[in-house]
Amino acid sequence: MALLELKNVTKYYNQTIPALEDVSFSVDEGEFVSIIGPSGAGKSTLLRCINRMVEASSGEISVDGVISSSLTKKKLRALRTKIGMIFQHYNLVDRLTVIENVLHGRLGYKSTLAGILGRYSQEEKNQAFQIIKILGLEEQVYKRCDQLSGGQKQRVGIARALIQNPKIILCDEPIASLDPNAAKLIMDHLRNISTEMGITVIVNLHQVEIALKYSDRIIGVNKGKVVFDGLPCDLTAAQIQAIYGSESEDVSFDLGERHAG
Amino acid sequence: MRDDIFTKRRNDNLRFFLVLIILTVGSIIITNYDVIKGFSSIAKALIWGGSNFYPDVKSLRILPEILPKLQETILMSIAATTVASVFALFLSLAGSKTTRLNRIFSIISRGIASLFRNIPLVAWAMVLMLAFSQSPLTGYLALFFASLGFLTRAFMETIDEVGNNSIEALQATGANYFHIIFQAVLPASMPQMISWLLFMIETNIRDATLVGVLTGTGIGFSFDLYYKRFDYHAASLVVVFIVITVIFIEFVSNNIRRVIL
Repeated sequence: MALLELKNVTKYYNQTIPALEDVSFSVDEGEFVSIIGPSGAGKSTLLRCINRMVEASSGEISVDGVISSSLTKKKLRALRTKIGMIFQHYNLVDRLTVIENVLHGRLGYKSTLAGILGRYSQEEKNQAFQIIKILGLEEQVYKRCDQLSGGQKQRVGIARALIQNPKIILCDEPIASLDPNAAKLIMDHLRNISTEMGITVIVNLHQVEIALKYSDRIIGVNKGKVVFDGLPCDLTAAQIQAIYGSESEDVSFDLGERHAG
Repeated sequence: MRDDIFTKRRNDNLRFFLVLIILTVGSIIITNYDVIKGFSSIAKALIWGGSNFYPDVKSLRILPEILPKLQETILMSIAATTVASVFALFLSLAGSKTTRLNRIFSIISRGIASLFRNIPLVAWAMVLMLAFSQSPLTGYLALFFASLGFLTRAFMETIDEVGNNSIEALQATGANYFHIIFQAVLPASMPQMISWLLFMIETNIRDATLVGVLTGTGIGFSFDLYYKRFDYHAASLVVVFIVITVIFIEFVSNNIRRVIL
């Protein structure tokens, strides 16, 4: 059975124009899926419907066999621990240290009191150090996050998602604020997470070339509808134009490098 | 068309100054204010102050009397401010757009803050006099209410400024409301809040003097007493001590700010 399944998901922010319309797809364990499309196509909304940061107006979303829309607050929290999330603006608490921000990923498992006091077990701390080391931040562990570069902040964001022991990681424009080198590093880490840890990664992206290079699968969204769903090697110039509409007419894409897997 | 914008801007400015002149001249006529006399009186006041209102050696005899009063005033201001800040913290969490539980609580706490803030300190002191007569409690409560209104507003804006980003990230990990408050909102806004608290203590020591005049307590009462006995040397010594105290507190709190911000 698929790890994540969306059936006819529709979202209205106002009465007239749907932000998402009749979106259906399913994602398997360990898959690396990119969602591409123009600004305002509904990519962020789609991603946030999966962990119910945004409530879908209709349709059904199931994560790991659990239908999310009917969950109570407590069960929703439990579900969210299985879904990590990474943001364009990193969304860290800048005044806290790297290790503290990473351990925030464990809060979903905590009782109210333990969470308020920030009491983490030795095991959790060890795991945090291990993840920080994998992401190459061991020298920054006790630094405050406002002293880090953008690429380092995003790695802290990834660490915070990983320590949740998630089955899925949702990434909302993870490299949109980064320079090309930092962007490549972040995408390489995300690719490794998918390949080596078997965690499903779903990434919203602006850059088609990067989607082609890293993804197992690409979903193209335009005006709230899925207009392409397939392998990177099946994505043609004409389809890219369908995804990006008239905006892409003047833009030529380099379709050379594609993910081999 | 471009000329029109400049003409319009010039006319707007002209109109603004015209209104300003009408208001000034109008108020001078209505209040029968003599401009020349007004300015010449300032010089006269300065001359009087220079020849009478200064501490002399003889006035030092009152030191043992005013020092305990000064201490009482300082401690009362600090107590009123710190206790008010605890209540203000709860009100601001309930009132801020990012951390409020629901709209109704938010409106109520904003209403309380605005009520306490907009009733002048002097009015609080006079009204509370009727209930508690001449006692330190009256002054304490007057400062407490005024501080509560101001600090709630300042804390609320501090929390709003911290923004939604880290709150969203923690929600996505499955953290609950109290986790988010204690692990993201408070760490991010605490330094700014402490800075407001220090500012309020400074202001309250100044204001406590005025409240003391009205309620017959603390250093304000000493000042009032000497002043009404025409003992201007002693009264000016009291002023000197208040100024020294305020400058000292400002110096201390500036240093604290430098460390925490």
